[in-house]
Amino acid sequence: MSMAASSRLRALSKPTPAAIGAAIVLLLAALAVLAPYISPYDSESMDFNAVLSPPSLAHLFGTDNFGRDVLTRALFGLRVSLIAAIGSVAAAMVVGVPLGLLAGYRRGFVDAVIMRPVDVIMAFPAIVLVVALAGVFRQSLGLMTLAIGFVYFPIIVRVMRGAAIEVSDALFVEGARARGASRVRIMARHVLPNAITPVLVQASALMGVAILMEAAISFIGLGVQPPTPSLGLMLSDGRSYMGDAPWLVICPGLGILVAVLGFNLMGDGLPRLLDAANRRRK
Amino acid sequence: MTSTVRRLLLLLPTLFGVSIVVFLLLRLIPGDPAQVIMGLRATPEGLAAITRDLGLDLPLHEQYVRWLGALFSGDFGRDYRSNVPVTQLLATRLPVTLELTLLSLLLALIVAVPLGVRAAVHPNGIADKAASVLGLIGISIPDFWLGILLVLVFSLTLGMFPSSGFVPFSDGIFANLRAFALPALTLATGLSAVLVRVTRSAVTEVLSRDFVRFLKAKGLPPRAIINRHVLRNASVPIITVIGMQFGYLLGGAVIVEQVFDLPGVGSLIVTATMERNYPVVQAGMLVVALLFILVNLGTDLLYAWLNPRLRGGAR
Amino acid sequence: MSLLEVNHLRTEFETGGNWQEAVSDISFDLAGGEALGLVGESGCGKSTVAFSLMRLLPGNARLAGGRIGFDGKDLADIGEDEMRRMRGGRIGMMFQNPMTALDPAFRIGSQIGETLQTHLDVDRKEARRMALELLRSVAIPAAEERLDAYPHELSGGMRQRAALAIAIACRPRLLIADEPTTALDVTIQAQILRLIRTLLIEERGAGVLLITHDLGVVAHTCDRVAIMYAGEIVETGTVASVFANPLHPYTQALLEAAPNARTPRGSLATIPGRVPALGMRPSGCRFRGRCAFERPDCADPSGPPRVRLDKHREVACVLHAA
Repeated sequence: MSMAASSRLRALSKPTPAAIGAAIVLLLAALAVLAPYISPYDSESMDFNAVLSPPSLAHLFGTDNFGRDVLTRALFGLRVSLIAAIGSVAAAMVVGVPLGLLAGYRRGFVDAVIMRPVDVIMAFPAIVLVVALAGVFRQSLGLMTLAIGFVYFPIIVRVMRGAAIEVSDALFVEGARARGASRVRIMARHVLPNAITPVLVQASALMGVAILMEAAISFIGLGVQPPTPSLGLMLSDGRSYMGDAPWLVICPGLGILVAVLGFNLMGDGLPRLLDAANRRRK
Repeated sequence: MTSTVRRLLLLLPTLFGVSIVVFLLLRLIPGDPAQVIMGLRATPEGLAAITRDLGLDLPLHEQYVRWLGALFSGDFGRDYRSNVPVTQLLATRLPVTLELTLLSLLLALIVAVPLGVRAAVHPNGIADKAASVLGLIGISIPDFWLGILLVLVFSLTLGMFPSSGFVPFSDGIFANLRAFALPALTLATGLSAVLVRVTRSAVTEVLSRDFVRFLKAKGLPPRAIINRHVLRNASVPIITVIGMQFGYLLGGAVIVEQVFDLPGVGSLIVTATMERNYPVVQAGMLVVALLFILVNLGTDLLYAWLNPRLRGGAR
Repeated sequence: MSLLEVNHLRTEFETGGNWQEAVSDISFDLAGGEALGLVGESGCGKSTVAFSLMRLLPGNARLAGGRIGFDGKDLADIGEDEMRRMRGGRIGMMFQNPMTALDPAFRIGSQIGETLQTHLDVDRKEARRMALELLRSVAIPAAEERLDAYPHELSGGMRQRAALAIAIACRPRLLIADEPTTALDVTIQAQILRLIRTLLIEERGAGVLLITHDLGVVAHTCDRVAIMYAGEIVETGTVASVFANPLHPYTQALLEAAPNARTPRGSLATIPGRVPALGMRPSGCRFRGRCAFERPDCADPSGPPRVRLDKHREVACVLHAA
């Protein structure tokens, strides 16, 4: 026992990739929340005396073609990215978890009714569907977030369903059925808590994917509209000047990369973390 | 091959669903679809023509049947802006997207599979570290940003490749490939990341199986064991993932065509969406979804061929 | 003249950063036309001996010392390439589980053929013809059809015959068989063992090293037996002499635990206690703690004396010291 405990201690004292990922995510979240207070400039104030100025002490990541501070705009863009990611994954979970749970627990006809439409949505490459939806509903952050959530909820449904099927055959679920517990109670109290781990792992990975999606859609001009700062939008604007001002494309891209990397690192280590938490609870 | 027939039949509900989604897309837009399609150039005659063409005055289900019937006879509708049949547009756009995705797939396979194999054979070696870095950075990097950086370095700074634009095959294969080099590299990176991860874990799993030890006991050279036996057994998960990731490639093509100004189906969909040119959007979505479904079917069949245990029936 | 002469073989495993001996100072020899049974409970290191001889140890294990004389060479010392040509060529090997030993993605014929093509200068067609002959020689019915069958289309017994065909394909001088029949039912077991004896010992005068926990299998197949316990050989001798008159208390316990040693159904599970884990082995005689005849001098750290009784008979126990 002491050997296992000491090895766990050792594992904790060495920063795992998951811990690094979590640290990145926390740091970026703090930056995004605090952006209005910590950013050195106003995100929309233009300074025509300092147009396209390279990185300097005054402007750490330079300024854009309107003389706006790139770092400030990137911080506000990060806010938009995180709002879109959290919102869309939350929406996907709110819809996907109950549907997946129901499909996996009930099976048969209910399963088919839920899964066939899910298959249909997954027959489209995600971005094509988001583009089409963005076209129909025109661009706003809220609707784009919902569109991204809509495109990814089938993934949550599938993962939840698979996990629910596995757990539904377990003895403790049989036991609850035998005790006459109601269907909703069994699903909520017995199946869900024991089947949620892979869904959370998937959700963490989806956060990264959703950030990429928001940036991509804004990049091609169908997402967030100017003057709202978005990392994707900054990239597409900066592209025209990148020959002379490469910092315009480097800073926002790096921001997206680091954010997505953080969620991916965290997601990779999540199964072990959740497993350990589960074991401690038992 | 009854299993093939069964798989085809299983596709029918999905195809039906896809057609419904694409059909409803135009009808979901608030307002008169004919007005939306014509945009600012709407004339009473034009509106009447579109209403007649699409049967917009009919009940919804009759509109659908009519639309589907036209699809089956190869009529994907008409681009009311340029006044050409959509099939004609697709015929020029589709080859560009196909070449882009296939080149990317090829590039990803050439890089990721050997690297993943080496990483699995020598855990903690240099290849393994490279594989972890590629696997992590590759799925985290935004493809449009990567494309921009590649342009910054290889065209603007080094002048090795054109920064954008398409060169048709008829202008010579070299010029054509040169134009595709950066886009294909961009699109291949994300796929390589996924592939290298899958290859590494699949090969690691196969290497731990008993029969590999028996192959060593037969005195087979290590290279023959890896190339012939281990890869063959690991190919099943690798191919499954390639099939699933093809959708990612098609989606990525939408972005990459935009970055590099390539006239493919992806940029067709984006431009048409911005112009609210819905018959074109619908056709583009249908084609992309069909391609994706077909690739998945192909993967399924290949999978069965590679895995003798799944092969149907008698031998 | 011995075919295989193993001297002071030591094999170590890495556990938690330390190297620990799994096989300690093992010596035995094997002549052509002879079958030697290496017997012990699971965890005693008998399979490790087999994989040490083939130099197919897993990544966390290493040959730490000793000499493996075979064919005028020291297998512990030759280059990897030369060793590779030995495997499947001069030395054949069979594994315990026929269900997992064959590659599921290749036809039986091609799996036999590639062994032939690796070691002999034959083309594909010739290899296929030889493979068919081999399948016939291991008594697989409808051999021609089986050539094109995949492993999953064959029963366990058939697969083990196919594995035997592969192991003997290049007419090896030595066959190392690691629990070749454990996963099979009794009648099939007897058939496979019979085949091994006929094909290797009687027809070709080759040597067989049979690794098993089953004394019945040894009685059925082997000429001599070496009993292993906790990484050491505690007793050797001809099967007849050891079974009739076991000297080491461990051998005695084994034979008692398997009352019908002549039927191939022995079990070693009924001796009190367990084989000590790696790193938990007692000093002195390693059977201490489980032995019914334990004395104070069993703890002597130099270990029990090795007492040689005749040409084949040796026992490592204080009870038999002069």
